[in-house]
Amino acid sequence: MSKHHVTTTINGEPTEYLCEGQQTMLDVLRDELGLTGSKEGCSSGDCGACTIIVDGDIVCSCLMLGVEAEGRKITTIEGVAEGDKLHPVQQKFLEHAALQCGFCTPGFIVAAKALLDQNPNPTEEEARYWLAGNLCRCTGYDKILRAVMDAAEVMRAEARR
Amino acid sequence: MSYLDKEALKVVGTRPIRPDGIDKVIGRASFGADYTMPGMLWGKVKRSPHAHARILKIDVSKALRVPGVRAIVTAADFPNIANEEAFVGEGPMNFRDLSRNCMARDKALYDGHAVAAVAATSNAAAEEAAELIEVEYEVLPHVIDVEAAMAPGAPILHDDMLTQGVEPKPTKPSNVAKKITFTKGDIAKGFAEAEVVIERKYTTKPVHQAYIEPHACVVAVANDGQTTIWSSSQGQFMVRAYCAKLLGVDIANIRAMPAEIGGGFGGKTLVYLEPVAMALSKKSGRPVKLVMNREEVFRGTGPTSGGTIEVKLGAKRSGRIVAAELVLKYQAGAFAGSPVGPGCMCAFAMYDLDNVHITGYDVVSNRPKVAAYRAPGAPISSFGVESCLDELARELGIDPLALREMNAARDGTKTPYGPTLTNVGYLQTVEAARNHPNAKIPLGPNQGRGIASGFWFNIGGESSAAVHVNEDGTVAVVEGNPDIGGSRASMAMMAAEVLGIPYEKVRPVVGDTASIGFTFLTGGSRVTFATGMAVTQAAEKVVEQLKSRAAAIWDISPEAVEWRDGKAFPAGANAGSFEPLSLADIAIKSGRTGGPITAEVSINAQGAGPGFATHICDVEVDRETGHVKILRYTAVQDVGRAIHPSYVEGQIQGGVTQGVGWALNEEYIYDKDGRLENAGFLDYRIPVASDMPMIDAVMVEVPNPRHPFGARGVGEVPIVPPMAAVANAIADAVGARMRDLPMSPPKLRAELDELDPPRMAAE
Ligand code: FES
Ligand code: FES
Repeated sequence: MSKHHVTTTINGEPTEYLCEGQQTMLDVLRDELGLTGSKEGCSSGDCGACTIIVDGDIVCSCLMLGVEAEGRKITTIEGVAEGDKLHPVQQKFLEHAALQCGFCTPGFIVAAKALLDQNPNPTEEEARYWLAGNLCRCTGYDKILRAVMDAAEVMRAEARR
Repeated sequence: MSYLDKEALKVVGTRPIRPDGIDKVIGRASFGADYTMPGMLWGKVKRSPHAHARILKIDVSKALRVPGVRAIVTAADFPNIANEEAFVGEGPMNFRDLSRNCMARDKALYDGHAVAAVAATSNAAAEEAAELIEVEYEVLPHVIDVEAAMAPGAPILHDDMLTQGVEPKPTKPSNVAKKITFTKGDIAKGFAEAEVVIERKYTTKPVHQAYIEPHACVVAVANDGQTTIWSSSQGQFMVRAYCAKLLGVDIANIRAMPAEIGGGFGGKTLVYLEPVAMALSKKSGRPVKLVMNREEVFRGTGPTSGGTIEVKLGAKRSGRIVAAELVLKYQAGAFAGSPVGPGCMCAFAMYDLDNVHITGYDVVSNRPKVAAYRAPGAPISSFGVESCLDELARELGIDPLALREMNAARDGTKTPYGPTLTNVGYLQTVEAARNHPNAKIPLGPNQGRGIASGFWFNIGGESSAAVHVNEDGTVAVVEGNPDIGGSRASMAMMAAEVLGIPYEKVRPVVGDTASIGFTFLTGGSRVTFATGMAVTQAAEKVVEQLKSRAAAIWDISPEAVEWRDGKAFPAGANAGSFEPLSLADIAIKSGRTGGPITAEVSINAQGAGPGFATHICDVEVDRETGHVKILRYTAVQDVGRAIHPSYVEGQIQGGVTQGVGWALNEEYIYDKDGRLENAGFLDYRIPVASDMPMIDAVMVEVPNPRHPFGARGVGEVPIVPPMAAVANAIADAVGARMRDLPMSPPKLRAELDELDPPRMAAE
């Protein structure tokens, strides 16, 4: 089996790797690149724990092939904070106790960041539907929604400054 | 010491950020599957496609020829363990069954049962080899449902299963592992006095805990047998004990490291992969990683039981219940051990009843062995009992909260299963529900409101914790329970409160089995209660040492030193006049005053306060589709004392949402060959964000006097009331009484059609 050579950008870093044709992006991130922040909950696109951003859109990395990253710009949970400054969604997740086990958290944070990048002022219902592709079994979503809505407000205030 | 005066507390009751939070929001926390070891192999489990089959032969020759394959194991690589029941923690454990559940011996007992496993240098090679393992089966007749399994002539799973608890002792095997009964008063007399009798049957389907993190582990066995296990579980000490038993090695040979755990809800109180990875590692001489995929989680690990609940209630017209009878039949899966016992015990525990008779059956069938799921057993029986109470309330024209109030358990109520309740906060939950705005919001057409209550014992048990004072005055807390929902924060808070220092100065960690004393697993809503008690006592011992060090520095007697706000003060004028010494002042001098300041406490905590809850659920039914929308949900619970209120609310909100899934969507569906048809999140649908409203978690605080801060377990009781609360709300909305879970749209539509037959187009 010969491997494919892929050149891409991950969390702002030019990145190259070799992967097999059938290897998913999630496996590449976790097993080849050591980026284990993206989680595997199902490998069938149903849980959202593996959510990443590819050229601005959210994607289940378990449904994407590693070779498809060629020439793209990818953001994973490891790239959401800027250095030691947390993204408002991350900060609000902490303040609102929006995680219990924390396994779903990377996927939710990446998905919520993408939502707020596209729609800085979502209604609670819009946020609930946007996040309906991310499963959380611990929290009942209440505190997650509060965190996302609160982060949206903080980001709007920051944008006005 | 006791810290029950809430006003005096500085840390407990606040909402600080959890100490492990940052790692979890930046993707750095290390869960079961995130760990690797040098030279590690990848494992894959081969599973039975048959619900019931004799294993005639396993041929691994083709699989061994796959490049990269290093080891294959089958039941032949595990000791054949005798059939005997041991008691561990919360309940009985039969290690023969556990061993055979991890790796089938002689027979495969359910679709998804492990029959072999392989380790190879890559995941792809392991998967290819697992495919090529050839298993020759003799397929046997199978049985899936509980009543079919009890029927005469049903296929028998275990030839040596003679029903326990019946007289005379049976001589022929059956699928009924055990019959249990609980009796209080005189049931016949009770029914004779009743003015209204209502008798109903309800059913529930098996549902899975559906933690988002699949089971995962890495195990390394060295040549001398020394073994390191890194795994995601609800108890590293449980993993160590079970692996030692199943592989026949000394406990001292195993060090089990707790990974961060991505949800468990009871489902990770057993081992599945660790013993298999250990056998593979031993055989190959290399570390082995085993990770389940989602399909394996559904097919191969324990859901909770499905069951039938037959309830008969006799009451006076006033609403006072004079007789209560209950028959429970719970599916155990392939091996004995359903939670029918707690199902029996919890069903009527909210009520003060004179005449009760309860019978429970533990029944095996060709399904995965059940595992604990949040308040194991109680949600099933409570769905029946709390629905039936609602039917009774309607029949009598009594408000459902008033009916519960009239029959409520109080301090001194003797439960049907024996103990007398003390420290009962049940009525307070009913009252708080009655006074909550949710109880008064007007409802529109097709909208309804349901009420239901719930009970869970909560447990204490064995826990260890250590408090170490660092030389700069910061503090390390080491404890033995995997943190599944923020418990490290609570531990740090209790330590900070006792020591009188800021929360941020305390770093809690979950120790591995070699770095802290034995601690029973994270379950039974025990951690904040039992391990919190150990942390508190260890911190108190540290305070004693701090006082004696201050006394040494001042050259006065330790009794003359007082500890306040994180500082040592001379106790009164007679003690002398000294500047107070802070914890940091004392810590920096500890080398000169007797060495490190540290304390470890191991206890068997007793006196866990029982948990009571009363829920209000508002729904709207779409008559066209049968879809039920949850409009509002209010969950009132006696939490004793909330150490970190946000995480207490989180437990309540999470439990409610799982209950709503159980009520409306979730079920295991088998085809006629006994194969699971919906082994994925697409077809096994758990609630998503757009299914739920905000959930108002109302904390009633009746402090538990047996805990230094008044805490009682909070994690389990919130899943007990929701199924009946939803069913009662549907009945209130559209008059349809749904007695079979899940109350899915097609079932509800059929029920509505029956109540109000659709007119034919031709009419
Ligand atoms: S792992 Fe990709 S959606 Fe679940
Ligand atoms: S916090 Fe555990 S799955 Fe969401």
